[in-house]
Amino acid sequence: MTDWIDIAALEDVPQRGARVVKTRFGCLAVFRTAEDEVYAIENSCPHKKGPLAEGIVHGKFVTCPLHNWVISLETGLVQGADEGEVITCPARVEDGRILLDSTFLTERAVA
Amino acid sequence: MKKLVVIGAGMATGRALEHLFETEPGAWDVTLFNAEPRGNYNRIMLSPVLSGEKTYEEIVTHDADWYEAHGVTCRFGEKVASVDRDRKVVIAENGDEVAYDKLLFGTGSNPFIIPLPGHDLDGVIAYRDLEDTYRMMETAGTPGAKAVVIGGGLLGLEAAAGLRMRGMEVCVVHLMGHLMDRQLDEAAGYLLRKALTDRGIEIRCSTNSKQILGENGKVRALELDDGTEIPCDLLVMAVGIRPNVKLAQECGLAVGRAIHVDDQMVTSDPDVLAVGECVEHNGAIFGLVAPLYDQAKVVAKTLTGEHDSFVQREVSTKLKVTGCDLFSAGDFADGEGREDIVFRDPARGVYKRIVIEDNKVVGAVMYGDTSDGNWFFGLIKDGTDIADMRENLIFGPAFQGGTPLDPLAAVAALPRDAEICGCNGVCKGQIEDAIAAGATDLGGIRATTKASASCGTCTGLVEQVLAVTLGDDFVMPASQSICACTDMTHEDVRRMIKSQKLTSMAAVFQECGWKTSCGCHVCRPALNFYLLADWPLEYQDDPQSRFINERKHANIQKDGTFSVVPRMWGGITTPQELRAIADAAEKYSVPTVKVTGGQRIDLLGVKGEDLPSIWYDLNQAGMVSGYAYSKGLRTVKTCVGTDHCRFGTQDSTGLGIKLEKTLHGSWTPHKLKLAVSGCPRNCAEATCKDIGVVCVDSGYQISIGGAAGMDVRETTLLAQVATEEEAIDLIKAVTQCYREHAKYLDRIYKWMDKVGLDWIQDQVVNDLESRQAHVYRFELSQSIYRKDPWAEHAKKPEKYQPLADLTLEAAE
Ligand code: SRM
Ligand SMILES: Cc1cc2nc3c(=O)[nH]c(=O)nc-3n(C[C@H](O)[C@H](O)[C@H](O)COP(=O)(O)OP(=O)(O)OC[C@H]3O[C@@H](n4cnc5c(N)ncnc54)[C@H](O)[C@@H]3O)c2cc1C
Ligand code: SF4
Ligand code: FES
Repeated sequence: MTDWIDIAALEDVPQRGARVVKTRFGCLAVFRTAEDEVYAIENSCPHKKGPLAEGIVHGKFVTCPLHNWVISLETGLVQGADEGEVITCPARVEDGRILLDSTFLTERAVA
Repeated sequence: MKKLVVIGAGMATGRALEHLFETEPGAWDVTLFNAEPRGNYNRIMLSPVLSGEKTYEEIVTHDADWYEAHGVTCRFGEKVASVDRDRKVVIAENGDEVAYDKLLFGTGSNPFIIPLPGHDLDGVIAYRDLEDTYRMMETAGTPGAKAVVIGGGLLGLEAAAGLRMRGMEVCVVHLMGHLMDRQLDEAAGYLLRKALTDRGIEIRCSTNSKQILGENGKVRALELDDGTEIPCDLLVMAVGIRPNVKLAQECGLAVGRAIHVDDQMVTSDPDVLAVGECVEHNGAIFGLVAPLYDQAKVVAKTLTGEHDSFVQREVSTKLKVTGCDLFSAGDFADGEGREDIVFRDPARGVYKRIVIEDNKVVGAVMYGDTSDGNWFFGLIKDGTDIADMRENLIFGPAFQGGTPLDPLAAVAALPRDAEICGCNGVCKGQIEDAIAAGATDLGGIRATTKASASCGTCTGLVEQVLAVTLGDDFVMPASQSICACTDMTHEDVRRMIKSQKLTSMAAVFQECGWKTSCGCHVCRPALNFYLLADWPLEYQDDPQSRFINERKHANIQKDGTFSVVPRMWGGITTPQELRAIADAAEKYSVPTVKVTGGQRIDLLGVKGEDLPSIWYDLNQAGMVSGYAYSKGLRTVKTCVGTDHCRFGTQDSTGLGIKLEKTLHGSWTPHKLKLAVSGCPRNCAEATCKDIGVVCVDSGYQISIGGAAGMDVRETTLLAQVATEEEAIDLIKAVTQCYREHAKYLDRIYKWMDKVGLDWIQDQVVNDLESRQAHVYRFELSQSIYRKDPWAEHAKKPEKYQPLADLTLEAAE
């Protein structure tokens, strides 16, 4: 069973924006789309570690602020001609709160 | 006979009783309580009653004869006060007890009233029943009466449209960014807003209410968060509903958000059933009638001992406002693995969006032409595989199996008198004649017939007429579109924004036929600039459409830290400022302090979360953001001029400071750098800036179009003026002209290469009236944008902090 950790209120993240969550394994970027879906991915671009939380969000994608690589929030995969992948962490919204998968966080510690 | 007591004569129980009497006529002795002083009526048709399109009598679903024929004891206008489940009786308000074998709850919902100060004033109502409807009709009868509706959802808009049809002045106040945000995407919301505004309904989105103001116990106005007062004699709150579960809770039934029922509509008590908006099934609650009718069928079966199960299904929404055709169903969020098919017909105000996943339609939103809505809804519900019809799917059932429409064939089929250009009234025949007379490209047609020369919406059509007429001799111009979201060029879009008065991003997406639902990182920053430059008062800057530097007001570094550059007006500083910079550098452990090429000091390597506090500290010392990150005014470099230099002819430092103070904060297509040199020796390097001023004995030489980056360019003289005041005006005017016309990310020299220096001189040098008009528009924009973003952002430091810190979260 999944254990969910309550991170913050949905409103704390702007629509088409992101905020950072610090974890023991580095930062996660928590995104909120125009349609109020929430995604959490590693906050480090596969290209040169650009902070993805600072990128422009369009649809379910984010464009890295440093050199414009486009990354899928759902799969973590880099789009187009470039190649790479970031880790994604299960996230969901319930009653206006953002929840992250805690097993994901602990398993990462083991791995 | 079995005794059934029903609480609530609503839409759900009405339908349930019909099914019950069909299957087991005469088997039940029914007592029907209703708090409203009447029997079952079609609640959803209250809107046509309000607008005057129907009367109450026409929406009654069950009349006295029907109740009598089925032996229903009607206790209308009587509320059930409590239920004693041990003794199996319900107790009416007057103390009467009625025994039951089976009890059916159908208590519906209560409208939610926001507890704003003043919500209990006379004239503040909800929109739920006939009383509310009559109250609205009555107030609308008073000449000059005004109404405010809080809530831009389905109910609120139906109320507003009805009141407007009765002649009232109506204003809708909606918290979210677009109307019906739960059912529509932004594009459809934009079209709906346009249609309602056209009917004279005022719409305010992204607006929060503060309190309701009254006079002698009666509502007088609504006060918004920003202090604005909207006068009204009636205030309708339509902000949502809450299941009406008080009675069920008090008698000890299992209640979550609403009364828990199983698939057979039985509550936690086997003899008590429930239907309608008062139930919670598998975590879901309901607010539209379609699922309630399914429930009614099931509850009747359960009562008669047959087995049936309630299954939740997709629901679709329509708005019952005559002339506003919209349809929404399913899940229409976009993303990975999902394909979005968008169709826009700006001329007819049509927008359709189908969302496809795994070859199935999962969602649909449409506005303007909803005739295919039910067909799409069927595809969603049935999970039909659409692989074979994908190509023409968006055109609806009529096109399935047929040949796709060839736009050229359609244009070829148009008669000679078909109008092509609406602005200038040019028809197809005139264009054909112009082509015969030698105009063989768009420019030629524009010059000879004026077609497509005004708003530009018909450019595509004109090109098609050219293609049809000239055949292979015409090569469709492969103009560079902004990005893959659109076929239009920057210039076309700018023209549309101005001519069609597009003041929001959603408006641009619709009217220019964007192919994506919310743009991308290429088009959004450009559109954000065009909109704020052309409509400074109407358009609200969208930080999420800006690159990080402009969103965080600092330059991002390769390691994710930021650089901070305070303004040093005209390159002049003081010991206090230097001290404050030194203190900040120490306090925030800034690794690098550098003198820039722009006559000021850069603090490099500041951590993101420290930004608000370092800004605060610098603000305290009187310093503001240097906009070193912006497509906007950067620096105005100066030399020492008459103050100290033996060759200085004018106060170049003073003029530089004045220019920087008046231009600062303005957003421009690309960065804008100025310099003022005190004499032609030009120590401030003014002749390689976007705008340079070289002071001479007789006045000021103002030149534009310099650069010293990837291209090195010398400026060209725009004009020489005699006074400092004139110099400032001319510089403001040319800056504004650049803001209004240049393509995003073109520096002045690139723009000048396209439009020509002569044209710029015509706008701002020779024609004094035009120059003043540019100055006026510049100042209008500056009334909003001439500000220090650091001060604003330092007030909201939370935004710069991590959302949460889980570093201490234990790993088991
Ligand atoms: C800090 C500074 C270098 C310095 O240490 O002196 C600098 C630093 C950067 N410049 Fe510059 N430029 C700086 C003066 C200049 C100058 C000299 C000047 O302004 O007199 C030029 C040539 C003049 C000109 O603009 O024509 C200059 C031409 C550029 C260009 C090329 C522009 C072009 O149109 O060709 C870029 C790239 C761009 O803007 O796209 C650029 C971009 C940049 C960026 C913003 C690169 C980036 O996008 O991250 C650098 C940011 C570093 C940082 O994190 O702070 N910088 N840059 C100077 C800041 C001036 C200031 O006080 O605001
Ligand atoms: C103006 C308007 C327009 C709408 N338009 C649409 C639409 O276009 N499409 C759509 O699908 N839906 C629409 N709806 C929603 C739809 O009307 C409701 O979903 C539906 O009426 C709910 O039915 P119900 O039987 O659960 O409750 P109701 O119809 O609300 O009936 C509940 C009844 O129970 C009575 N009651 C409550 N407590 C007690 C008690 N203790 N004792 C006795 N009686 C009690 C109430 O007085 C009420 O008459 C609209 C609603 C409104 C108000
Ligand atoms: S010259 Fe290049 S490396 Fe140096 S600051 Fe400018 S952009 Fe950066
Ligand atoms: S670091 Fe993300 S694109 Fe280069």
